[in-house]
Formats: sequence, C-alpha cells, structure tokens
Amino acid sequence: MASILTANKVTKRFGGLTAVNAVDFEIPEKAIVSIIGPNGAGKTTFFNCITGFGKCDEGEILFEGTPIQRLRPDQITKLGISRTYQNIRLFADMSALENILVGQHVFLKAPWFESVLGLPNVIKEEKNALAEAQRLLNFVDLKGKGDMLARNLPYGAQRRLEIARALATKPKLLLLDEPSAGMNPRETEDLTAFIRRLRDELGITILLIEHHMRVVMGISENITVLDYGEKIAEGTPAQIQSNPRVIEAYLGRGAATEGMATAHERFTKKAG
Amino acid sequence: MKKENFLWSSVKSGLLGGVIAIFICLVGMTEVFSKRDVIEGVITLGQFVLLATSVVAGFIASRRTINLLGPNQPLPALTAGLVAGLVTGLLVGLLIVSIGDSAEPALRTIFLNASPSLYQLLTFEKGAGNLWIMPTVGAISGLLGAGYLLLAEMFRRTINRALLVMVFMALFSNLFRVIFINQGMEGFAKFIFGQTGLTIPGTLIFFFGVILISLFWNSRGKQIQSSVAKLPKGGQLALRGTTIALIAIVALGLPQASGPFIAQVIVTVALFILMGLGLNITLGFAGLLDLGFVAFYAIGAYTVGLLTSYGEFGMQHISFWVAVPIAVIVAMGAGFVLGLPVLGVRGDYLAIATLGFGEIVRLLAGSDFLLPYFGGPQGIIGIQKPCIGILEPFVKIDVPRICNGYEMGKPQDIYYIAVASALLIAFVAWRLRESRLGRAWMAIREDEDVAEALGINLIQTKLLAYMLGAAMAGLGGAIFATLIGSIFATSMQLLVSINVVSLIIVGGMGSIPGVIVGSIALIGLPELLREVSEFRYLLYGITLIIMMLAKPEGLWPSQATLRELHHSEIETDVKA
Repeated sequence: MASILTANKVTKRFGGLTAVNAVDFEIPEKAIVSIIGPNGAGKTTFFNCITGFGKCDEGEILFEGTPIQRLRPDQITKLGISRTYQNIRLFADMSALENILVGQHVFLKAPWFESVLGLPNVIKEEKNALAEAQRLLNFVDLKGKGDMLARNLPYGAQRRLEIARALATKPKLLLLDEPSAGMNPRETEDLTAFIRRLRDELGITILLIEHHMRVVMGISENITVLDYGEKIAEGTPAQIQSNPRVIEAYLGRGAATEGMATAHERFTKKAG
Repeated sequence: MKKENFLWSSVKSGLLGGVIAIFICLVGMTEVFSKRDVIEGVITLGQFVLLATSVVAGFIASRRTINLLGPNQPLPALTAGLVAGLVTGLLVGLLIVSIGDSAEPALRTIFLNASPSLYQLLTFEKGAGNLWIMPTVGAISGLLGAGYLLLAEMFRRTINRALLVMVFMALFSNLFRVIFINQGMEGFAKFIFGQTGLTIPGTLIFFFGVILISLFWNSRGKQIQSSVAKLPKGGQLALRGTTIALIAIVALGLPQASGPFIAQVIVTVALFILMGLGLNITLGFAGLLDLGFVAFYAIGAYTVGLLTSYGEFGMQHISFWVAVPIAVIVAMGAGFVLGLPVLGVRGDYLAIATLGFGEIVRLLAGSDFLLPYFGGPQGIIGIQKPCIGILEPFVKIDVPRICNGYEMGKPQDIYYIAVASALLIAFVAWRLRESRLGRAWMAIREDEDVAEALGINLIQTKLLAYMLGAAMAGLGGAIFATLIGSIFATSMQLLVSINVVSLIIVGGMGSIPGVIVGSIALIGLPELLREVSEFRYLLYGITLIIMMLAKPEGLWPSQATLRELHHSEIETDVKA
C-alpha cells in the first residue's frame, strides 16, 4: 500500500527538552493509524509538527510526496490535512453552521469586492457552501442544530461539530486528537463506528491519538507507541499488546484493554 | 449570614448619593448646568441632576430593602427611599454649611467651584435660612425613587419613556426652536420651546403625550402589529416604502431647515461613523485592537489637502471628486504598511504598536522636518471645495479655482456627501460581515491558530482587515479636510482614536448599528450640548464604566455578542 504521509527522523525540541526525538513514521493510504503513549510522550507535539502548528526542528515530513515541514498551517490544510483538538477548540461564539462555513473557506473564491457588490457568482457560491455545510451537519447527526451557538451545544455534539468542521476542508488525512476524551462508553462506541464510517464511506485516512485502549485496539490497523519522545514500538494491535517493551514501559502488567487511567497510574508508580 | 438592617443599608445608599451630589457640585457641574433649564422657570438642569442623585439613591435603597426583606413590603421600601434621600440631602446641606455665606468661602482655596454662586444656587438664593430645604427636597425625591420602584413594570417603562423624551426635548429645545422658527412657525415654537428649556405647556405636552402614546401602544400595539402583518404583500411594501420615503425627506431637508450648525454636527457624527465602521472591521470583526486609528484619518485628510489645495502646499490642484478615491487608496496603502510589521503581534502588544503608529503619523505631519511638504504646524490651508459642474483651470497660488456650477462650500452641502458616504460604507461593512471574509475575520477573532489550521491565510486576511478599515477612515478624513477647508496635525490627536474606540464599545463591539448609535451618543450629543462639552471626558468615563457594568454588550449589540454575554442566562432559561 502506498503511504500518504511519511515522517523521517522528525525531531522537535523545546529548549533543552527533546519532545519528539528522531521519529520515523508512516501512514498507509486509507488506513486507520493510532499513536499512543503516556502523558507527555510527545504525541500532540508530533501532531503539531504534521499540521504546521509547531515547526519541527529536524527531519522531513512528506505528504503525498510533498515536503510540508516548512509550510504554514493554512497551506498544509489546503494540501488535504485537517485536525481536531484535544480540548475542543470550536469558534464558541459562532453558530454551528458558521463554524462549518469557516472550514469551507479554502474552497470559496469570491474576492471581497465581489461579495460587497453581491455578484451572482458570489450568491451561488454562498448558496452551495450553505448546502454543503447543512449536509455535513446532517452527516454528524446535528440536523437542525445549525443556528445554535457552538458553545451551547452538548459536549458530544461539540466533538462531532469539530469533526464536521475538519471535514469541511475536504481532507485526505484527518488527525483526531483524543476524540473520545470525556465520553461515556456508549458515546465512545458510537464514535468508533463513526470513525470507521469516515474511512469506509469518505475514504479518509485517519491518524488518531487516543488514551482509550478499547477504541485504539478496536479500530487501529497500525499502532505507534511513543515514550519520552521516542518511538518504542510499532505494529498491529496484537503485536503491540504482546510487545514486552510496551507492556513494561507503558501498559504495565495488566491487560492491554484496561483503561488508561489505571495503566498509567501503575506506570507512574513504577517510575517513582 | 446575618441579614443587614435595611435602615443601615439605606443610610449607606444615601451616603453614596450624597458624595456623588457633592462631587457634582464641586466639579462645577451644578453651576454650569444651572444656566440651562429643563422646564423654564421651574427647574434648571443643575437642580435636575442634583435631584436625580437623591432619586437614584432612594431607588437603590428601596431595591436593596426589597432584596433584604422580600417583595410586598411597601412600607419599609418607602422608608428606605426616604432615609436615603434624606441622607443625600443632608450631605448636600453639609456642603452648603461648609461653603458658608462669605464672599470668599474658605473651601474655595481647595475647591475652586465652591463659590458664593454655588451657595446661592443650593440655598435657592435665600441664604442660610433655607438650610432645611435641601434635606426636605432630598427626602421627597428619595421617596419618589422608592415609589417608582413599587410601580408595575408597565408604568415604570412608560414613565421612563416620558422622562427621557422630556429631558431630551428640554436639552435640545433651542435647536428645535430655531428649526421651527426657520420654518415660519414662530408662535408654535415659542409656545413649546423656551430659550433655555421647555416651557411649562411644552413639558406637559411631551410628558403626557408620551404617556398617552405608550398606554395606547400597550393596549393596542399587538393589534396594530398583527393587522400590519396581515396586510397583503403589496400593502406591506407600500408601508415600508412610505416610511423610507419619509425618512429620506427628513434627511434631505434637515440641513436646510436647521442651518449650518446642526449640519456641521451631523457631518462630524457621520465622519466618526466612518471611522467607527473602519475600526469596527479591524477591532470588532477581526479582533485587532488599533489605538492609532486616527493615522488613517489624517492620511486621508492630508492626501485630499495636498491634492486639491490652492494654497502654498497644493501639489496637483485637482478636483475633490478625483482626490477622494486617491485618498482612500492611499489610506489603504497605509493600512498595509501598518499591518505588515504588526502581523505577528497579538493582544496588548498590538495596541501599543498601533498607538505608536498613530503618534508617528501625527508627529511627522506636524514636524519641521517635513515642513516643505506638509506645512508643519501651520498645516495645509485653502482646500478646494467640491464642485458640481466644471472647475476652471488652476491659475495661481492662493486663488481658488472657480466653479462653473454649484460649489459645495457650506456645511449643509458637505452634509450630503458625509451622510451618503456613511450610508454607503455601512452597507459595505454589512456585506463584508456576511461574506466569507467576514467569517474568516470572526474566526481569527475567536481563535487565530484554529482559523489558520482551517486554511485561512492569516497574513492576507489580517492585512485586508487593516486595509479596509483604513480605507473607511481615510474616506472620513478626506471629507473632514474639505469640510474644514484646512488641516492641521494638531487635530489628529490620540484622543480621536480613543473616541473611536469608546464609541465602538458604547455602541456594541462588532455591531454596525452600534457604531451609528455610539457616534450619536458620544460625539453628537456633546457637540450639541455646549454646557456638557466642558465635562465631556468626565461623562465619557462615567458612561464607559456604567456601560461596562450594566450593559457590556453595548447600546445596540450585534446578535453574536448578545448571545456571547448572556449565554449563561440562556442556558439557565433552557434548564428552567
């Protein structure tokens, strides 16, 4: 399978701290891939390197063969990478529909003076954008909530809206940063099915950061484990679950499917 | 927690009211305001403001009492109002005693305004024998304030409206008087409007007129609204058309009816609306605070000045109509130049950087260094007035080009240019807000990083905000130059920028009607009320503080801001 994203020796330092250390990484096209690791392992930093939020100091990131490590976030988005955030970052005081419309910004071409004049092509473009936004809203099960302010939506709906906003940029690769955080088991199950649907129906490659082992082991085709900024393992869920380094450094002696909280607690106890 | 005694709490309200009343007296407001009447021969504006303090003290005291003791307790509530008003009055009495009856009161060495004439005013020109009047008046007005609170909501609203209209009419009575006398309705004008305030019949007409209209609307308003809604489409269109036509006729005829002074005030308001709309784009939409906004105004004004002046510094001697678009483009360019270096600067740092820009432009324009080009402190004079018709060619310096046609020299003429520009720009601002660019600006205001991650080019979008905002201010400056006929660097003070920021805050951040309301309230009213302009910045400060406390979303908030500030209330409503 061709890979959609390749990272070679990506390194990111914050002063003396090396948050991501020479990580090699590859995402096959139309795959669902996860990055796991204890808190502070450098997962989100690695995400930020890919999306251009924080430029990596060394190494190279290729997206469909194009080096992107020096591009601005908006340019990377235009190439087809979109993301959600660990702590939801919606435009809280804009309506749900407006949030999605902002996501479509890349595809709207009307220059400002044409908007002011209200030329027919602008009106048509806006109409299409609105229809598309409405469609995405329905896709994430938020039908009829378009006029609600993002901040007034329930937590789960906010998570879904954030995904809809990311989808509005028509990504080829979608990065989800802990999408199940704060969800109950039922919602988590729905989310897992939803992520699978994104890949199967829309053909989007998914890169996931997740603490919820049930989600990770359930849907990932490939898992990369980071610890202290270094890649310590890579493989299928079964391989990861039986990898002694992972078990020792991260999951502890317990079953791989147990919750992150207990596993991590044990891990920190051992370290201390 | 032990509940506070309501009497003690009312005394505290009264003390606060008294301190405010004394403050008003000692800054000289009472004396200055006493030259104006609210009702001629009955009550002056100065007395009215003093009374207002004890009425408000009484109102607050009785509201606290109701909070303490619960509703349906009219007696304690009224007592509280009485006590608070009395305490306010007593404090003012104390002030009277400490000023004393001498020709040169000792207090005056510190407080310049503690003058014998203030003493006369406060004792109703009767001397020490009338000391009892102040506390009595205070107590009665405190009681009024408390009684007002006990009224039903509907009546309170009606009284509010009536008082508001009455005070408004009283403040502007001489303006209305002039307008009506100009229209040949001298008898009518003199019957209602006095020289300095409303006449007694005028007061009665306005006060009870508003009450009657309000009551009528309360009982029949819904019916009228529904019958309007039931009208066929053509009828509704006709109704709307008539309204617009009426407004247009008033707007077109106003400067001719009111004379140059009012026209000039409205032009000033329109110019601030232009600046406000411009800053509303950078600050209100895109969230980029610009404290040097006057720079673009100056650049627009100087461009028109240099291009059209027939004076020493005129460069091109072209017509106003050609110069204005150039000025707008030059201002846009200046917006680009300012925007470029401060692109990466956020928040407080941005405010400081833009502040510096505004000062640099002003200092450069007035400097000796650029004196050969911009005229230094002498400024640029002899700016050609706009001409409808054909301009004769330029002959020589200090000789205006002759206009074959109609020369728009008077403020009444500039009025049309200014108002039309303000309307046009308001339309542009509205369309921009509804466009993809407007959404991108709002996204940047909400979360810059996320906006960028969604594919919004921060550089381009922010620069456009600066440029379009600057263009609008530049247009304002261009009209300003032709209105005054000369420009000086000293009129481009930092204070202008602060005014623009304040009017946006008071009107409602990000709201286009808010800018208009804010300009009228903060620029128009003080211009019209000469007495008030002395205390302009005191009142500015008070208004800003009260607005931030009581109505942080502004006088006419945009829908989004309203939701933002009251989302918690909405949420609780939903739960309830």
